Amino acid sequence: MTDQSTPETVAPTLLPEGARDPSVWHLALRNKSVLWGSILLVAIILAAVIGPFVTLDPVSLNPMNRLKPPGEAGFFGTDQLGRDVFSRVVNGARVSLIVGLAVASIAVAIGLFLGLIAGYIRIMDAFIMRIMDGLMSIPAILLAIAMISLSGATLTTVVAAIVIPEIPRVVRLVRSVVLTVREEPYVEAAISAGTPTPLIMSRHVLPNTIAPLIVQATYICGSAMLTEAILGFLGAGIPPEIPSWGNIMSEGRTFFQLTPWIIFFPGICLAVTVLAVNIVGDGLRDTLDPRIARNMR
Amino acid sequence: MTPVLDVRGLSVRLPENADRPLAVEDIDLAVAAGEIVCVVGESGSGKSVTAFTVMGLHDRRALTPVKGEILLESENILADSDTRIRKLRGEKMSMIFQEPMTALNPVARVGEQIGEMLEIHTDLSASERKARVIRAMTDVHLPDPEKMYRAFPHQLSGGQRQRIMIAMALVLEPVLLIADEPTTALDVTTQAQILKLIKELQDRRGMGVLFITHDFGVVADIADRVVIMQHGKIVEQGPVADILGNPQHAYTRMLIGAVPSMTPPARQPAAGETALVTTRLNKQYGHAGLLGGGRVVHAAQDVTLTVKRGETLGIVGESGSGKSTVARCIMRLIDPTSGEVLIAGEDIAAMREGELRRHRRDIQIVFQDPYRSLNPRRTVGQSIMEGPMNFGVAEAEARGRAEDLMRIVGLAPEALERFPHQFSGGQRQRICIARALAMEPRVLIADEAVSALDVSVQAQVLKLLDDVRTRFELAMLFITHDLRVAAQVCDRIMVMRHGVVVEEGPTAKVYADPQHDYTRALLAAAPGHHMLAG
Repeated sequence: MTDQSTPETVAPTLLPEGARDPSVWHLALRNKSVLWGSILLVAIILAAVIGPFVTLDPVSLNPMNRLKPPGEAGFFGTDQLGRDVFSRVVNGARVSLIVGLAVASIAVAIGLFLGLIAGYIRIMDAFIMRIMDGLMSIPAILLAIAMISLSGATLTTVVAAIVIPEIPRVVRLVRSVVLTVREEPYVEAAISAGTPTPLIMSRHVLPNTIAPLIVQATYICGSAMLTEAILGFLGAGIPPEIPSWGNIMSEGRTFFQLTPWIIFFPGICLAVTVLAVNIVGDGLRDTLDPRIARNMR
Repeated sequence: MTPVLDVRGLSVRLPENADRPLAVEDIDLAVAAGEIVCVVGESGSGKSVTAFTVMGLHDRRALTPVKGEILLESENILADSDTRIRKLRGEKMSMIFQEPMTALNPVARVGEQIGEMLEIHTDLSASERKARVIRAMTDVHLPDPEKMYRAFPHQLSGGQRQRIMIAMALVLEPVLLIADEPTTALDVTTQAQILKLIKELQDRRGMGVLFITHDFGVVADIADRVVIMQHGKIVEQGPVADILGNPQHAYTRMLIGAVPSMTPPARQPAAGETALVTTRLNKQYGHAGLLGGGRVVHAAQDVTLTVKRGETLGIVGESGSGKSTVARCIMRLIDPTSGEVLIAGEDIAAMREGELRRHRRDIQIVFQDPYRSLNPRRTVGQSIMEGPMNFGVAEAEARGRAEDLMRIVGLAPEALERFPHQFSGGQRQRICIARALAMEPRVLIADEAVSALDVSVQAQVLKLLDDVRTRFELAMLFITHDLRVAAQVCDRIMVMRHGVVVEEGPTAKVYADPQHDYTRALLAAAPGHHMLAG
């Protein structure tokens, strides 16, 4: 099929090269909420990473210095055992961020895998989705309390307990994307070209799920941090010897009227962190949604 | 007499980063009372922008009228306030759209949707409104308007929905009706009825109609005057007989010349070996219940066909006729319920996926929508090379083959590195053809492959399909709703309705001497068949 005379040549005029999409991240950072949310988040992460090396020991007791207001001892004052609230809050950020990140990535990974299978392989669909329906009917907090009372309060148990109820949401999202994409002619063309199913999934279907998943992951991350704090506050979370925002607040609640700073500072940190994550999520949703993004280009 | 609509020197600016500065440039056109003016042009010609600007419905962020005036009964509506324009819309001018399903509110009863116009613009009582709505629905010949008043849009057929849209547009008896491709989404027989209805109502009420279309058949059927647009400018306008009979501008001549003729050219019967056979192919949806209940839809019933190498078999029919179902069964994108599909003598109808993969390369397909047929995230080269590489062709060899194919379909081989969004619809369809050819198939299925393309591009892609058919001795299955296109490219024609083949024969014979009533109805309904029959 080489050198025969071509039947007809149309001038191969192409649309301008500039039409190549700017990268998603470049575009996302042009969005104000993504930008400011990310700056805030990076600051919090830096504090959590560097903080513990420069602050006082968060668990060292100082009975002489109990319940001191902010300024008198440390930035955020001290608690009923004389521990420095500032260093406890900075250390607590680690727990929150680790839980948020771990839950988001594990839930997304498992949900993506199951969602792809449910959406693409029809016989698995009913099976997987009914299990997901079952999982969705379990209240997250209750499951967490049950799991922790059964296997003890460790970071792993807390993460697992929060991950399980989040999985069905991811599966549903991925499955709905897959169901739409598998009808696309380019997927059918790939089937006709004899492309094996795993390749069709990774090449043609998977990339379409990335954008909605990133957005969903930020929401999961935010809500996981909240759930972890709730568990800590209830005394069912991370063990008290590791400071987390939830158990700092839990321990401070008896002295709330006397020394509000013990609850106030971890509370503010939690709110700001979750807010930052959600602002980034909202911004990404706007950027990655093709309909809105087109107007921004 | 002053015209109903008089557009003078109108220019509309596009946003900065668009491909040209002005969407429409310095256009003059007028619509008199009792006149149908067709605005004809290809995509991107500015015809829809013109219509939307007149209605004040243009996207205000992107489009700005910068010059000229739009006089509706001598009132310049570009200078009017939004409140005033809102009042004029409906009372003086109204619009019907291409897709009646999306133009109607899916969760409101159609009668109430028509009544809403009266509610907003008049102070009639509820019972008077209902009477007016029923009258409007009777005027557009909807059966049993009393009952249909309470129907929801999804309960009606496409043609009925468009009639509802027309009733809604005309209930306040406007002086100007703007119709933006109102029949493009409809089947050919429905289209003929809607065109007749628009003409009848326009005659009776003496209103002016601005009719946007890309279809010269429609123009021939209903236009009094024609305006031809290209790249936002009017290149020619005049009475319909002059434009169609004696076009002056080269672009008009090209457009009219590109309309396929209804007369099939003489063809040599193909003599190649048999490439594709189906015998009594069936596809059913749904199951009959145990006691005979349940609903079974026969999407395709006992379809038997044969295509030889080098031959084109056309399957024509309206939407729901089962023509695409047949194609998808042959492709094994869906599983046939029963029957055989023989490719080079081997039955693939019930073959398991693993074994089937070997045979996939023998049958390839080109889809209708060029914008969805290519993965937007993969380069054209990756898309074309994917198939051969699945069958163990080395990357370098696949690339060489892709480069050859790009030349054959009339594109530069360098374009393999580009992404699909950098190509126009016609170019993408060429890429899809190249992708299909890369598999070296015996059978090529074109499923409405040129239906989404502008008429001039359509002609080129049709020629390309015809060229590759001869060059690679392909058996081609050409699925279309367009009888003009079918006349030009098919050796034999199969007419399908409701899943059943009603007539089959050599193209020239079917067109000259149709045996089945339905075939005759289809041929008679083809727009403009009396004027453009040559």
